[in-house]
Amino acid sequence: MEGKAVLIKNGYVYDPLNNIHGDRMDIAIKDGMIVEDVRESEALIIDARDMLVVPGGVDIHSHIAGSKVNLGRLMRPEDHRRDYEPRAPGKRSGVGHTVPSTFATGYRYARMGYTTVFEPASPPLKQRHTHHELNEIPILDKACFPLVGDNWFVLDYLSRGDVEGCAAYIAWLLEATKGYALKIVNPGGIEAWGWGRNVASLDDQVPYFRITPREILRGLCRVNRLLRLPHTIHVHANGIGMPGNYRLVIETMEAVRDLEGCHGKPIIHITHCQFNSYGGESWLTLTSEAETVAKYVNRNSYVTIDLGQPIFADATTMTADGPFQYSLHLLTGAKWANADVEAETSAGIVPIRFRKRNRTNAIQWAIGLELALLIKDPWRVYLTTDHPNAGPFTAYPRVIAWLMSRRAREATMKGLHPMAMKRCILPSLDREYDFSEMVIITRAGTAKALGLKEKGHLGIGAHGDVAIYPLNPKSLDPSKDYKALRKGLRRTAYTIKGGIIVARDGTITAQPIGRTYWVKAPVRKELSQTVLKDVRARFRDYYTIQFENYALDDRHLALSAPIIVNPEV
Amino acid sequence: MGVRNACALGTSKFLGYNHGRLPSPVIRVGGEARPVSLEEAIERAAEILSKANYPAVYGFGSTSVEAITAALELAEGIGALADNVSTICHGPSLEAVQDIGEVTCTLGVVRHRADLIVYWGSNPVYSHPRHMIRYGPMAEGRFRKGRADRKLVVVDVRKTPTARLADFFLQIKPGTDYEVLSALRAYIKEIDLEVEEVGGIRIERIEELGELMMGCQFGVLFFGLGLTMSPGRHRNVEAALALVRDLNAWTKFAIVPMRGHFNVEGANAAFTWETGYPFGVDFSHGYPRYNPGETTFVDALNRGECDAALIVASDPISHLPKDSADKLMEIPTVVLDPHITPTTLVAHVAIPTAHVGIEAQGTAYRMDGVPLELKKLVDPPPGILTDEEVLRRIGRVVLGVSP
Repeated sequence: MEGKAVLIKNGYVYDPLNNIHGDRMDIAIKDGMIVEDVRESEALIIDARDMLVVPGGVDIHSHIAGSKVNLGRLMRPEDHRRDYEPRAPGKRSGVGHTVPSTFATGYRYARMGYTTVFEPASPPLKQRHTHHELNEIPILDKACFPLVGDNWFVLDYLSRGDVEGCAAYIAWLLEATKGYALKIVNPGGIEAWGWGRNVASLDDQVPYFRITPREILRGLCRVNRLLRLPHTIHVHANGIGMPGNYRLVIETMEAVRDLEGCHGKPIIHITHCQFNSYGGESWLTLTSEAETVAKYVNRNSYVTIDLGQPIFADATTMTADGPFQYSLHLLTGAKWANADVEAETSAGIVPIRFRKRNRTNAIQWAIGLELALLIKDPWRVYLTTDHPNAGPFTAYPRVIAWLMSRRAREATMKGLHPMAMKRCILPSLDREYDFSEMVIITRAGTAKALGLKEKGHLGIGAHGDVAIYPLNPKSLDPSKDYKALRKGLRRTAYTIKGGIIVARDGTITAQPIGRTYWVKAPVRKELSQTVLKDVRARFRDYYTIQFENYALDDRHLALSAPIIVNPEV
Repeated sequence: MGVRNACALGTSKFLGYNHGRLPSPVIRVGGEARPVSLEEAIERAAEILSKANYPAVYGFGSTSVEAITAALELAEGIGALADNVSTICHGPSLEAVQDIGEVTCTLGVVRHRADLIVYWGSNPVYSHPRHMIRYGPMAEGRFRKGRADRKLVVVDVRKTPTARLADFFLQIKPGTDYEVLSALRAYIKEIDLEVEEVGGIRIERIEELGELMMGCQFGVLFFGLGLTMSPGRHRNVEAALALVRDLNAWTKFAIVPMRGHFNVEGANAAFTWETGYPFGVDFSHGYPRYNPGETTFVDALNRGECDAALIVASDPISHLPKDSADKLMEIPTVVLDPHITPTTLVAHVAIPTAHVGIEAQGTAYRMDGVPLELKKLVDPPPGILTDEEVLRRIGRVVLGVSP
């Protein structure tokens, strides 16, 4: 099938990046790319009449691979038993509801019309593991973000004020681990967790390191700019999941405001922002501060966020934020795993179930939706459930239904804890997303935020990744018939990846190998030599493996797709 | 020739890798063994596996992750039972993690931070000779400079060589690990136990150990087969996991199992990411099922369910319980191994393979989950392929496609 041209005819196309909003038109794919036109006689014709045609979905933040995800799988056999993927010709089997196994992950995303997914938290020392799993996730293009916020080399360079040195180290680290963007989780707090502690403010000292969370954030934001990385710093802010933490997340954004420069482009991404938009002083007095956070985001174009939208269902919380995960274990009493990684980071896992009749959970649900509805620019707010933290990615159609239909929200609100909505403004929000906005928060906006020029749109030269949903956007009123919307979004009529039909009406039809993106940032030779000499000299002091065994070669990637940037240093 | 940077066990593995090699593929019919070509051996292996109703695919303690995933693809394709050697070592630890969770860390974290190190049912002086120097009480790290900065505690049923080095040693009665761990846990939860002794130890001594654990800055508990393979098994490990978890209310504490074969951790990891379960996976329904006791190799053999077995990089005839080994000898087996072992000696088809980490590349996972690339140092003997290559070739014949 590869190489064969594809012509998708007569669909209603939504391609907001190219200003196409529901026009009836044809999309042509040749050699895996979108082209102007193809000869009908040579092409596979797909009749998309009365269907919704959009670019393949791009997920900016979904924990799908790596040591932490695998520990989550290992500790949750009860999660797997009720949800399995049987083997079929050309298709592997798998299990897992909130933490699906590798093959199942690829199939489920593909069925839902997603073709690109980024794993957002990978300990560099175990990055080889992450890539093992990414290699075995079929169909999808993917990448992973190394955790750098509490890395000892980073802390050393930044505490000395050596931002250029830090940039050269990060450039080496990205290449050594085949990573894509800088992930910062609870900066300073994870190193403190090495001693069972945490940090409480941006200006707390990190124990034994002469640095504060604010300095880590600012330093890495500068490094990101110096290296001209395709994505911004990707920040899981301090104080996550704690009542009253909205002040801290605003302070976090504010901490880098002056580094924006003249570009006017975003410089910080706050991930799963729902978990950071809490008011009140305790769980008893928890309120939504989504409006305050949204107002800040609306005023400041240097910020992007994703939701971390809770779903009322089982979830498996897993983050690098060790102290937060421990507090969640104390709060819920559920089983808890923790995995600290030398000189780098930690990880914690706690299963959870979000319940409608739990007041806190109901407020959390409302906060996620309020953020999405109150942030005016859809190009700066993205759909995630922080899979599998607030719910599995397979629940995206439900979230989209809530965003596109006030009725859908009201239907869910009926079953909520009676007190919850009194602390939220969600019941008063009328906004309903249209199809273009839905496309932006699920593919066009995320692709732009990640700096993926060939993704998230259907213009000439874009990758031939297309999702065709059995939904007629002209006749369907998503506001009224949200159930049909949900159903249509769950299974594409066709998912096309690089010009190959990979899913048809929910059946996996092909499983091409997806790319693994990583960033190569060639910094000045003298700088990189000096820094590497320094790193090499201290490596044995920090790690229990040799310097030579740390880096992984790109022959370890199933399909290596380096993005070469042009650093300022 | 010599080996540097390895322990006594590692040195002997490297220097002895060429002793007792299985010289060529062998087919055994009615007790008669004859050397055959690789092609013939693969054909025969494929025939055995194709004809079987419920074959088992087992082993993987000492091969690469790449070979393990190739074997899983084959196992899935033929609807086999797939299990790995942790079924007879740290399987109970994994079951315990499924109940309790696990507060753990990489070995470097211990090296840098731990000021209290406990070995429980583990004798690293023999089993992991360099462990104590590289990551344990003698290690030099960022915040601990060596032995003087750390306390060493050993709990065991006899005074092992490791125990002789300890600052604090509890010699408990065999089979009382669960009781002693629970007594410790009661102490740190501030529950008074109105007993004189637990596990043959005076309660005051247990309380003393509880104080040591609560009072340290960073503690770690390493445990071995003394805990997993003595009465109580996964319940023992659960008690240890729960103790360490609860110690985090007082200080920072972690637990790390002392794994054996060099890539049994990798086997658990690859099984888990592909099937969701770390060992004991049944593919007979077309998707992974896991129920230790039902879907585990030893139990399926004992019930006489398996009618053929593919063994990779393991010697179950030596390691399995005798009844299971007897059952294994009754069914046709295909064995991949670099060496002549008791298992290759009874195999219906034995295929020599290259030594991963000496004659072949591949990835292994260290016991703390850190993946390491194994390098190829010398060429394998002529005509000898890797486990991965042989498995893929068998897979191509059995499944008719390139796996």
